[in-house]
Amino acid sequence: MSAPFKTLVKDGLWDNNVVFAQMLALCPAMAVTTSGANGLGMGLATTAVLVVANVLVALIRGVVSQEVRIPVFIVLIATLVTVVDMALNAWLHELYKVLGLFIALIVVNCAILGRAEAFASKNGVWPAFVDGVAMGLGFTFALTVIGLIREALGSGTLFAQASQLLGAHFAFLEIRLHDQGGALLMILPPGAFAVLGFLLAGKRLLDTRLKTRADANAAKTSE
Amino acid sequence: MAFNKLKAHPLYQPLLLGVVTLLASAALALAARATQEAILEAEARDLRASLTQVLPVGFADNDLLADQVEVDVGAKNPLRVYRARQGDGADNSVRGVVFKVVGQGYGGEIQILMAINRDAQILGVRVLKHTETPGLGDKIEAAKSHWIAGFIDKTLATANWAVKKDGGDFDQFAGATITPRAVVKAVKEGLETFARHKTALLGEPEEKSP
Repeated sequence: MSAPFKTLVKDGLWDNNVVFAQMLALCPAMAVTTSGANGLGMGLATTAVLVVANVLVALIRGVVSQEVRIPVFIVLIATLVTVVDMALNAWLHELYKVLGLFIALIVVNCAILGRAEAFASKNGVWPAFVDGVAMGLGFTFALTVIGLIREALGSGTLFAQASQLLGAHFAFLEIRLHDQGGALLMILPPGAFAVLGFLLAGKRLLDTRLKTRADANAAKTSE
Repeated sequence: MAFNKLKAHPLYQPLLLGVVTLLASAALALAARATQEAILEAEARDLRASLTQVLPVGFADNDLLADQVEVDVGAKNPLRVYRARQGDGADNSVRGVVFKVVGQGYGGEIQILMAINRDAQILGVRVLKHTETPGLGDKIEAAKSHWIAGFIDKTLATANWAVKKDGGDFDQFAGATITPRAVVKAVKEGLETFARHKTALLGEPEEKSP
């Protein structure tokens, strides 16, 4: 159990990261990441939906036939998101006012349907749960990194307004780097494409480096 | 296996879809019912908080939510007006009114709450709801910038009601002109509505009006 668990987590966070490797959910990844706090909020909300959707899909996978699985999953995910939206609005109203904009967007997040289709519908409840958490955290990580880079270059702050999202205890996260403002381009959509492009290239480069090193080590030990 | 045979039956697909949709609708209906009251309560709490925010401290001592009327201002829907009063007895005439105006922003409707005193001077403006671009257009929120405070004390006559780019008095944001433009226009229209229907909004009989 522990080996696949480790793989699942590593896959979700890095090797098969939703944004950086699978290149899914690029629309929310670029649209809302104008600041680190926005990215983090969207990531966490998506993680919650992803985990529950994965578990539900894994539960009903035996009943759902191949032919209609996609509409069934879509109905399931849309229902889930709407329920989360209403529940947040009712009982966590303060948080809802910050995240409200993003919650409805989760329905069209293809990463959730992607994981339901590619993983949860073929696996048990427990692996599906772990996969949901790992993929969700990987997504959160990606969005937060993109958001932080764009925020630092575009507005000269880090995690501005994070205390609105996480509560007053996290006000220490809010850092003002400088007061010059910044390159507005980074906050606008082109900045998202640019940052994502550089991050993707960076990840490829790092992975290739690591692989050649590992190969060299393997070759050395085998000699 | 018997179940697999059942699954292969042509009727299985539509039935499955139907059952799933039915269950989903049931879940939604239940959730809507369970959350309805709490959502209404939260929204009333929000509205009360916004009402106190647009009015200066100590301006009114009545419960504005209880003191609301609907006034026909010639629009499609009547305007819901909250009246601010102070003191009780004979002299508790309306000191100011609070009402909602709607602007068309970049991402859709912007709902704005504005308070005006008897002299048609703005007491305060707050954005209640909007779908503007996060990080660009959302500077109209009081929590994110002080821009919205620029309306205080302005009247129709004492300000040039447009953003600076259009030759007016109000700042636009870097990268977002449509949003502040929409807010300025909506607030201006609110002031014009007040000017046209002053006696009705203040709830005074016609002959008493100056």
